[in-house]
Amino acid sequence: MLHVKVSDREQISALGSFLTLVLALAAGMVAIGLLFIISGVNPFFAFKKIFSGSFGSLYGFKETITKAIPLILIGGGLAVVFKAKFWNIGAESQLLMGAIFGTWVGLNWGPSLPSPVIVPLMFLAGFLGGALWGLIPAILKLRFSINEVISTLMLNYICAEFLTMLIVGPWKSPKKFGFPYTDDLPDSAILSLLPGSRIHTATLIVAVVAVVVLTIVIYKTRFGYEVRVIGENPDAAKYAGIDFSRTTMLIMVISGGMAGLAGVGEVAGIHHYLSYPDSISSGYGFTAIIVAWLAKLNPIYVIFSGIFFAGILVGGDAIQISLGLPAATVAVFNGTLLIFLIMGDFFTKNKVRILAGERG
Amino acid sequence: MPKPGPLLFFWMCVTMKTIESLEMINISKSFHCVRANDNINVKVSSGEILGLLGENGAGKTTLMNILYGIYQPDAGEIRINGHRISIDSPKASIDHGIGMVHQHFMLVQNHTVIENIALGYAHAPWLFPQKKIRQRVISFSEKFKFDIDPEKKIWQLSAGEQQRVEIIKALINGAGLLILDEPTSVLTPQETRDFFQVLEKMRKDGQMIILISHKLDEIKRLCDRVTVLRKGQVVGHADAGHLDKRTLARMMIGRDVIFSFSREKMPRKEKVLEVADVRVDGDKGYPVVNGISFEVYRNEIFGIAGVSGNGQRELVEAITGLRTVTHGQIRINDIDITNQSARKIHNTGVSHVPEERIRFGIAPNLFIYENAILKQHHQKKFSRRAFLAYGRIKAHTRQLIKDFQVATPSINVQTKNLSGGNIQKLILGREIADKPDLLVASHPTYGLDVGATEYLRNQLLRRRTEGGAVLLVSEDLEEIFELCDRIAVIFQGHFMGILESDDPRIADIGMMMAGTRDLKAGEGADASR
Repeated sequence: MLHVKVSDREQISALGSFLTLVLALAAGMVAIGLLFIISGVNPFFAFKKIFSGSFGSLYGFKETITKAIPLILIGGGLAVVFKAKFWNIGAESQLLMGAIFGTWVGLNWGPSLPSPVIVPLMFLAGFLGGALWGLIPAILKLRFSINEVISTLMLNYICAEFLTMLIVGPWKSPKKFGFPYTDDLPDSAILSLLPGSRIHTATLIVAVVAVVVLTIVIYKTRFGYEVRVIGENPDAAKYAGIDFSRTTMLIMVISGGMAGLAGVGEVAGIHHYLSYPDSISSGYGFTAIIVAWLAKLNPIYVIFSGIFFAGILVGGDAIQISLGLPAATVAVFNGTLLIFLIMGDFFTKNKVRILAGERG
Repeated sequence: MPKPGPLLFFWMCVTMKTIESLEMINISKSFHCVRANDNINVKVSSGEILGLLGENGAGKTTLMNILYGIYQPDAGEIRINGHRISIDSPKASIDHGIGMVHQHFMLVQNHTVIENIALGYAHAPWLFPQKKIRQRVISFSEKFKFDIDPEKKIWQLSAGEQQRVEIIKALINGAGLLILDEPTSVLTPQETRDFFQVLEKMRKDGQMIILISHKLDEIKRLCDRVTVLRKGQVVGHADAGHLDKRTLARMMIGRDVIFSFSREKMPRKEKVLEVADVRVDGDKGYPVVNGISFEVYRNEIFGIAGVSGNGQRELVEAITGLRTVTHGQIRINDIDITNQSARKIHNTGVSHVPEERIRFGIAPNLFIYENAILKQHHQKKFSRRAFLAYGRIKAHTRQLIKDFQVATPSINVQTKNLSGGNIQKLILGREIADKPDLLVASHPTYGLDVGATEYLRNQLLRRRTEGGAVLLVSEDLEEIFELCDRIAVIFQGHFMGILESDDPRIADIGMMMAGTRDLKAGEGADASR
């Protein structure tokens, strides 16, 4: 009889860990391929469409970079909180809150301020909005021991409804023919685009600089050290005099704030006004969880995993059009990949052997 | 004297399954290049107590974990009653009649005592298992004077109480072979004697016991045979009765151990720690330290003896800033540190070797050099503004590892790969390298072998000679007697008295540990030591 033995793996080389990652991605692709076959699509054709749609043309690649911007920002922040084993599932609403704060600043002060002043102010406001929204679950956890997975997840709905209330109510523009949109941001508050694309350069630069800084913070600073000790052993952190409350609140400020920056980028760079929550974000806050995981919670790798998943988002749009697949295809694709990545982690941490013979 | 009741109960439990003999043949096991077990042969038969002796890292725990199904051997086989069996999980091991009490407790921290026992209990009813098991746990506790509240959560229990839960857990399943990893390290002398009598009775009934211990007296007194391991290999089998302590010790570490520490008297002049009428609440919210006062001076080791669970953990946490003081004052060098943060107290000159070293002392997945600065990473010497100075940190760690004889291939190793003794050396080194005014050490040698124990105790004495004050909390009376200038005995949150090391009443310290206050010399002669 065959049976499976699982035991701890004490050490794994960097190469082995990388190969596991590649294998997990490949296995995920195979599983997704099966799903394509079930829905009557040639998987090779579909994959070719996806990747040629996102990386195969200049237009596609520019779209990919556009979508990578929020993923990199959010993923970088999530890598930090996940390192401390604080499971923030609420980046989606932290993004929206950032968008709301940024839009308010843009609409109210934009007309009277020049671009170099208003744009940083909007980013600052967006960071603040996301950070404040992110602080709520941190405080709930610290004061009342409420599990952050539940609170961050639930806050997503609250924020989405709040945004909807704003756009159908007090913030609704009279100039939009009855659509639930806010006014357009004034010109000074709109981010300039890379010519011939939708890449809002300011946000891209902020994103890359931010993840580089976060990488340094995590691996080189006292604060980053404290974050890692808390994640590895909270009891030892307490013994070592590390302020658990302060650190937890700070990392949620970082993570929420990064998502808030992404929200400002989306509004000021792409949409130019606030509208329904799912058109502002299209699930970046959730996709970024996979981005952070694929990056092994190292902020710098988020750049690559962010571009990879942005590619899948763009390619997913392409196959929706050319193969007539439903819009949920991308969500299925991403979810399947996450499951395989987590399985890959299991194989990196454990030695699994299949043995023949009598079970003991 | 134990009543026949518990023995009968024990006997019923342990005779449900019978193992006539157990052999482990040519067992080998490596952990990434380190041979933890190298061709080990061990044999036990019914009616025998086998002692397993060896230093930390000698491979005893690995060997027993193989027997308990936690690790799989790379080579070799296990035979019960001559039949080859394979044990691929703890459950398989339990089904074969093997019970184990681990040195590091395998309990679910957030569950109650009953739930933990029900979890491993083969005959637990599917619905409402607590009901049936509560009765058995209570009768067990009463008969062995274990005094455990079955409704308490494990994290609220002291190390000693947790071990008792483990012992009940193993026996309630009717283990035919009982593996005990350092079983007596948290028992009082009286409890230990009772426990030994139980073990002897079990042996008479034809049971098998493997006793892992570093206490040579214990091995000599209890074991029929002893197998000595060194560096993953068997270095000797012997009949325990024929060997003296010195020979055993020599076999174990390959040299003579001298258990006499030179401790000349030193004057007590400068006060370092002053604890004044301190009260502290426990995890359940009721007071567990009820008005304790004492002082510790430079050049002094002040010991707190007592059975665990009597408030010593909470007292230590209050002094080191991990727990709130509800009443009273704590002063270091005349500076009030009552209810300051742990970091501030550390900066005032207090360092702390915590109990349960793996749970509190280190972050197991971080590298050794990262653990070597835990608690000190914020200090100037290891950081430049917000940044950590990894160059200096690594240099410091290399020095630490050399000075405190931490055996490791490199400092770029995850700390969880070190053995218990080496982790403790790393922690102690980290805590005393700074020459703190006050060193608080909780059970510093718990579960360590003679070599490491001797080394660590000498380091504590060195700290004393250098002018430091040491507060030592230990359940190991031998350790307390060897090291301390003064000894306080704690019972239910009160000090039963503070004795000078040459006080004649010290012979009856067992009485004080059981709650007798103001003992007069010569009283309580049966608590002989």
